[in-house]
Amino acid sequence: MLKIENLHATVNGREILKGIDLTVNAGEVHAIMGPNGSGKSTLAQVLAGRETYTITDGSIVLDGKDLSGMQPEDRAREGVFLAFQYPVEIPGVGNVYFLKAALNAIRKHRGLDDLDAIDFLAYVREKMKIVEMDESFLNRSVNEGFSGGEKKRNEIFQMMVLDPKLAILDETDSGLDIDALKIVANGVNAMRSPKRAIVVVTHYQRLLDYIVPDHVHVLADGRIVRSGDRSLALELEKKGYSWIEEEIAR
Amino acid sequence: MSRTASVEATGWLARLRTDARARFDALGIPKPTDEDWRQTNVQAVAPFAATAAGPATASAAALDALPLLSVLPCRVVLVNGRFDEALSRLSGLPRGVRVTSLSTELAESPDRWEAYLGRAASVESAPFVALNTALFVDGIVVTVDAGVGAEAPLHIVHVALPGAAPSAIHPRTLVVANTASQLTIVESFVALSAGTYMTNAVTEIVAEPDAQVTHIKIQFEGPECWHVASVAGHQARGARILSHNVSFGAALARNDIGSRLDGEGAECLLYGFYLVDGKQHVDNHTWLDHARPNCPSWEMYKGLLAGNSRAVFNGRILVREGAQKTDAKQSNKNLILGDEAIVYTRPQLVIHANDVKCTHGATIGRLDEESLFYLRTRGIGKDEARNVLIRAFADDVIEKIPVAAVRELLVETLHLRLERDFRGIEA
Repeated sequence: MLKIENLHATVNGREILKGIDLTVNAGEVHAIMGPNGSGKSTLAQVLAGRETYTITDGSIVLDGKDLSGMQPEDRAREGVFLAFQYPVEIPGVGNVYFLKAALNAIRKHRGLDDLDAIDFLAYVREKMKIVEMDESFLNRSVNEGFSGGEKKRNEIFQMMVLDPKLAILDETDSGLDIDALKIVANGVNAMRSPKRAIVVVTHYQRLLDYIVPDHVHVLADGRIVRSGDRSLALELEKKGYSWIEEEIAR
Repeated sequence: MSRTASVEATGWLARLRTDARARFDALGIPKPTDEDWRQTNVQAVAPFAATAAGPATASAAALDALPLLSVLPCRVVLVNGRFDEALSRLSGLPRGVRVTSLSTELAESPDRWEAYLGRAASVESAPFVALNTALFVDGIVVTVDAGVGAEAPLHIVHVALPGAAPSAIHPRTLVVANTASQLTIVESFVALSAGTYMTNAVTEIVAEPDAQVTHIKIQFEGPECWHVASVAGHQARGARILSHNVSFGAALARNDIGSRLDGEGAECLLYGFYLVDGKQHVDNHTWLDHARPNCPSWEMYKGLLAGNSRAVFNGRILVREGAQKTDAKQSNKNLILGDEAIVYTRPQLVIHANDVKCTHGATIGRLDEESLFYLRTRGIGKDEARNVLIRAFADDVIEKIPVAAVRELLVETLHLRLERDFRGIEA
């Protein structure tokens, strides 16, 4: 589903990603772990098309299409979804308008008609239940005045509405208490599907107790330095990241 | 014209006009060295500011094609500053609302207007108010009887038909809202032919105790227009004035809008929205004169600037001695869409009472990159994402306008301008 080859990316001339190779098959959940500053969030942003980063080498191919030259909206329409680490508050832009515009842009790209108001609401309500969001949320502005937990739930909710091929979760666990974490994890697990690839970027093992990954990769200094199964995450939790860094240094 | 001659009457009116002319001659056309005109250069109007535009005839068909004309059925039309009865539609006026020509009123019952004309709009330090007072040939008087609540808005349409040589139009509007009456006025400024001209409009609003007047000013004139306008309120106890001021740009537009809160519990709200591009220049000077205790005021001006446009905002709040418990809030926000656009914004608070709340804030910024990226990662295209954010910025003030037809027109115009003029502008 997703094939990243030799991906190099810079910001302001400084290289952050130094040759990433990663293949995520449909139906799989991959966790990307790593210390602060290792390039995890950069990788997530580069996949979504953030223009502050420049791809200097390599390719990102999703379902046979090269994303690397595409605008963020075109990637979204091709099926990329990024759940933000810090979802943006947008006062004055209502959630209903926002969701409808996003959903219909993506549907249009897939050759589907716009959903009418009734079908749209029914569709959205069904997804809201899964992440336990109150309906009053629809009348609010995008993320405005949301608590940290509400914002993260809103990201997962949007992901469900937009039904992506590739879901990237950037530190979705940060700032969540255990109850909110479970709700978010339930949402993500409900999205596991043989037609979808999921990449979970996290600093901590904790989230992986609830979203059990098929593969775990450790990123350090812009490269994947270890790959393994879930036991790698547990080992990292026990030993910390310094263990990896020391091994690389050796 | 007999009407025009009648304005040259004797007595108080003659004195008012002679004094105003003397005041204008003393002040002159403002220079960039004048404190209130530092960023707005109007020297170009000097050759024709005192040349009153002659009478002209507008076609009803051309008028009906203008925005708002078909959706606001109750209208009074002035062409080059003169009441045009044939183009006006006043049959639907509610009982208790009178709309008449100023020159007729001054000819037939001059003494009635002595207490009103010039009450709200002082000529003292305002050269263009002085010039209007000296030179108006006609205008409109609107009165609402005590206790009358007029539901449907009255549309005052100022039509300009500039001639070959540059000239100036000096329309005068007087609104008298008697005790506990309610009235909504939409005052729009349009041009039906090309050519350089100046509009120098003065609108006075006298709000008697507990009256409520909503005044919506919309300026739509073309790129060759020099637009100067004063909207001045005078409020008695418990009276409310809501002012909305929309500028879609002339060559230069200058508004002086404000009110004297001259009775306890009076309240004034000033909203403004401006959208300029190219080399357009818009200058809004607001003023609130808190003369009595317990008066709240609230103002919010927002603007969008593209190209090399300029915007000036100066918000003056005067709290006089004894005007305790004044609660004045002021905000001016600007969204810059052009690389060369410039905003000058300045609060000007003069406070002579000790138990008051006065706050002010100003922002000048660009579209938020984070918000744009967020919207785009959800599949919303770049242009649409940008327009959505601009709309969200403008909605704050547009939504406050209580006349749906005006709101819809603004949304439509904003959309059109975003598509036509601001398309592809980088954040």
